[in-house]
Amino acid sequence: MTDEDLSGFPLALEGPDVPMVSFRKVSKRYGELVVLDALDLDVAEGEMVTIIGPSGSGKTTVLRMLMTLETINDGVIYVDGKPLTHMPQNGRLVRANARHLREMRSNIGMCFQHFNLFPHMTALENCMEGPVHVLGMPKKDARERAEELLEMVGMADKRDQHPSRLSGGQQQRVAIARALAMRPKVMLFDEVTSALDPEVIGEVTNVIRQLVARHNLTMLMVTHQMGFAKDISDRICFFFGGRIEEQGTPDELFGNPQKERTQQFLSAVKEAA
Amino acid sequence: MSYFEFLGQYGDRILSGTLVTMLLTVLATVLAVAIALAAGLMRMSKNGLVSGTATVYIEIFRGTSLLVQLYWIFFVLPLFGITLEKFTAGFVAVGMNLGAYGAELVRGAILSVPRGQWEAALALNMSPARRMRRVILPQALLIMLPSWGNLLIELLKGTALVALIAVADLMFQVKQINGTTFLSAQTFGTALIIYYVIARFMITPFMRWLERFMQRMVGRA
Repeated sequence: MTDEDLSGFPLALEGPDVPMVSFRKVSKRYGELVVLDALDLDVAEGEMVTIIGPSGSGKTTVLRMLMTLETINDGVIYVDGKPLTHMPQNGRLVRANARHLREMRSNIGMCFQHFNLFPHMTALENCMEGPVHVLGMPKKDARERAEELLEMVGMADKRDQHPSRLSGGQQQRVAIARALAMRPKVMLFDEVTSALDPEVIGEVTNVIRQLVARHNLTMLMVTHQMGFAKDISDRICFFFGGRIEEQGTPDELFGNPQKERTQQFLSAVKEAA
Repeated sequence: MSYFEFLGQYGDRILSGTLVTMLLTVLATVLAVAIALAAGLMRMSKNGLVSGTATVYIEIFRGTSLLVQLYWIFFVLPLFGITLEKFTAGFVAVGMNLGAYGAELVRGAILSVPRGQWEAALALNMSPARRMRRVILPQALLIMLPSWGNLLIELLKGTALVALIAVADLMFQVKQINGTTFLSAQTFGTALIIYYVIARFMITPFMRWLERFMQRMVGRA
């Protein structure tokens, strides 16, 4: 790791238009398998970017790297101008230590395909856990914040239920509230509707729609719900083979895809729907 | 001598032995649980020295006889300047032995908590210690409780060995009674029944209750 040449990467991003998230030549490999190949991707503050693509194209890996659930092999990821995967030391970038990662991670929140609520805590306790035990908030304030968020996702009446008593859609809404309770600058949604029954997908997408409409959160989303992606995204990135094959506004990408692979993928998805 | 006469004459000693056996069981259980947690967590450490220490401990105490361990603790340790009173040596040996088995239960249960739970805890920016304490261990506990029920019955039966270093437990008392009366069927038969009753009507119901209690705590019941 030490012989990594990072001289081409700045210690921090500066200027008037610093993106909230910036991938610079980021690669991820598992042995011979290249999952992401020198990815460059900037996401502006308040922007909603949706990543689509066939399975194995590296789209979930993008989110997992940003949440520091995966390490990266090459390149640097910046969040809010500061390096996430690395830190400045004696005027150059070195791999981030645990402390730096913890500091940077506080900018980011994530929702998972399988919700991953803590089963031994009620909905309210799930939402209070981070604020109380990570941010050190007084319980009373954390409870207020958690109740507000559960109200927002329409789960206030179920706040004392354990996850096992909730439907998938309800669990996912609690999971969104739990992530928001940490006040992240960037929210990541990793296939949050893929494990849901069709009839409850709407209750989760409506919550995300509401977030987009009312809050200036930066969001990255991986989804197979093309109609939903088209409605709410500022930009769509089509991933193929660990690269961004094509990107643009929803109208551009869905209405008039330029690349053959994009066209193939979109027509295959359309047929399946 | 009828069995009732036998009980009338030796009941006090059998009762006192039973109480000693139960006390040994409780103390050895406390020690075994503490050791199991410590050794189980240590085995999962990334530090080779820490996990290696736990592995050596588990290998030695699972791989050799409890009776030999008991003799070591009672007869050999004094040669190195560590002298334990026989009652203490008794429950320490049993606790250390069963703790080694328990360590594997702890490790197995922790590993079987779904990966998504670790990831969600990390996404909330919890420190590794907090992830373990607040998220993983409570769930692991529920997973391993049924196996602990088994282990505690093993532990109870293991305590019978301490009679061999003259701790006045149930086994020791009935052996003494048998030595003077030669009423083998009555003495050992009574011991058999008492061990069974403790296991079947005290340990098992207690563990069932604990399981239900824990399930209620996590909202599953």
